Amino acid sequence: MTTGSTEKVNGARALIKCLELEGVDTLFGYPGGQIIPFYDELYDSDLRHILVRHEQAAAHAADGYARATGKTGVCVSTSGPGATNLVTGIATAYMDSVPIVALTGQVPRFLIGNDAFQEADITGITLPITKHNYLVQDANELPKIVKEAFHIASTGRPGPVLIDLPKDIQNTEIDFYYPDKVELRGYKPTYKGNIQQVKRAAEEITNASRPIIYAGGGVISSNASAELVELAEAVMAPVTTTLMGIGAIPTEHPLSIGMLGMHGTRYANYSIQESDLIIAVGARFDDRVTGKLESFAPNARVIHIDIDPAEISKNVKVHIPIVGDAKQILRSLVKHVKCCNSAAWLEKINGWKKEYPLTYRKESEVIMPQFVVEQISEACKDAIIVTEVGQHQMWAAQFFKYSAPRTFLTSGGLGTMGYGFPAAIGAKVGRPEKTVINIAGDGSFQMNSQELATVVQNDIPVVSVVLNNGYLGMVRQWQELFFDRRYSYTCIKGSVDFVKLAEAYGALGLRAEKPSEVRPAIEEAVRSGRPAVVEVIVECEANVSPMVPAGAAINEILDLED
Amino acid sequence: MKHTLAVLVENKSGVLSRVAALFSRRGYNIDSLAVGVTEDPDISRMTIVVHGDDHVLEQVTKQLNKLVDVIKVSDIGGDEAVERELALIKVSADVNTRAEIIQIADIFRARIVDVAPKSMTVEVTGDEGKIQAIEKLLRQFGIKELVRTGKIALTRGPKKV
Repeated sequence: MTTGSTEKVNGARALIKCLELEGVDTLFGYPGGQIIPFYDELYDSDLRHILVRHEQAAAHAADGYARATGKTGVCVSTSGPGATNLVTGIATAYMDSVPIVALTGQVPRFLIGNDAFQEADITGITLPITKHNYLVQDANELPKIVKEAFHIASTGRPGPVLIDLPKDIQNTEIDFYYPDKVELRGYKPTYKGNIQQVKRAAEEITNASRPIIYAGGGVISSNASAELVELAEAVMAPVTTTLMGIGAIPTEHPLSIGMLGMHGTRYANYSIQESDLIIAVGARFDDRVTGKLESFAPNARVIHIDIDPAEISKNVKVHIPIVGDAKQILRSLVKHVKCCNSAAWLEKINGWKKEYPLTYRKESEVIMPQFVVEQISEACKDAIIVTEVGQHQMWAAQFFKYSAPRTFLTSGGLGTMGYGFPAAIGAKVGRPEKTVINIAGDGSFQMNSQELATVVQNDIPVVSVVLNNGYLGMVRQWQELFFDRRYSYTCIKGSVDFVKLAEAYGALGLRAEKPSEVRPAIEEAVRSGRPAVVEVIVECEANVSPMVPAGAAINEILDLED
Repeated sequence: MKHTLAVLVENKSGVLSRVAALFSRRGYNIDSLAVGVTEDPDISRMTIVVHGDDHVLEQVTKQLNKLVDVIKVSDIGGDEAVERELALIKVSADVNTRAEIIQIADIFRARIVDVAPKSMTVEVTGDEGKIQAIEKLLRQFGIKELVRTGKIALTRGPKKV
């Protein structure tokens, strides 16, 4: 069957054929009444389907798959509650610009609008959290819609696209024809940067004496890490990354100064504040990065490379915008720059690096959470690290030494607790040769721990390291600092025995209660080749440090090490 | 400052809600919105009047352009465009006031489109100022009901948006 010929098939079968032609190999989903015709066709197909235990996990798994592989992830659910359960996962992917296609069943067309059983207006609900969405009204349009959906999801600034599939559409016979290309007059992303702008930028970079490269998730999604490092080395500029940009430059690269922002390194925040030129690449000047906008980088001119024109000058005034694909623009930029006046600047930054390293209180009896991340970093150098959201997420960002892009997957924009475990499932399915570790907190892990059934049933050996401090730690930290230690509903001590929880599902459960037990437990879990949970009992009131309070200038930094 | 945006969109169901949702989500205020099909039946044209400074207008334009169903966005405010609104105004009228209302309508080149024993309906087109002016004059008779379209606009001369 080629794309050119036609064949009579029903809508459900047509959809399977479209997915195959798009190169999809795996779906994450959960069946239900209005998507049964699709599942019936899926039964006979070669597509792999991972049955999750909650639709939210299907969306996060598709997201983790996409971030780990660079391909578009696909999730499936039924109508109504199945579709609304996808919403958090879709919003997560939207905020972090991750390409996923969500397929939802819908009540038959003649019932739409009737408040039918399990009916929800999912295209209406997901309007503000999808890049685009479709309600299929004509079965003959299904192939064209699927083609467009994958195109829109994966090109330009990537993002989620939803296709709502009324049940009768799935049952309608059509002449199958898959178009070779899409024609969307309202959607034409720019890839090639304006060469005049590139030349102007190159001149500014060459002349700057205190340049800084500020790299975001766009560098990862554009696969531009090598080009980014090449530019940094060509002009000897320090590189700071956002949370989403972690992995764009190896942590131990001499020009890397780590993450900036609320929990960034002191030296990254000092550097951006004192810089005279910011080269922003695929980053969006989020409030967690800039702190108080009026006092952000007061002396810096700004070059902004981004594929989304709407990000230019949205938060910070940009002097030289270059709209296009980061990889292409960086390639072109590196040809036009000359080295460099940055020696004194780098010396100053290295001084800050020595003076204010990332550190934490060393303990011999109690396990410090940062120590656990360091142990994972030493034991599993090339692992893909996935996180939930909270304190452990920041420690994973700060204390693991990353060496490659697409090895740190985290919910940055939406900050979704419960993201990590299902996203780790998607990452492991997409990159089975890699060790995948979900660094979790005891709060977050419980938001999607039902997926232990998924990893056991499908034999997906993901290791979750649960840093158990008995608190919703990040909120507790804010309560400690800003609410007079009134720990209102943040203590969750004694929730569950995570070892027994793992074992109940048939996964490996291990526990570390002393520092000396941490490394052996992690190594045993990885070596076992089984889905595993390692519960680590950590210091319960450790804080993420340094910290810039919300709304403060980015160099007004609190140290909370003890 | 007020801006008049001419927005060409795909003539498909759901496009209006995408545009309206974008405005509410991003916190932009729409003063008026008019929409109808163009000379090409696959394309609808929205005329959106929005107020805000240059930064807001730039963001509105860029965010609109990100919608897949939006084909083109142009700011066509100012003297370079012909702008019109239409209003239907139902005024209380009786034998004593009917003649005066007709006179006012004549002055504004408005039309009487319905007459009943106790009311008249006036149809008026023009820019915002003209419609406000006739509304003010008719108020003394008692306006029972008033409906206006949003503004529509075309650039002057042969150029298209």
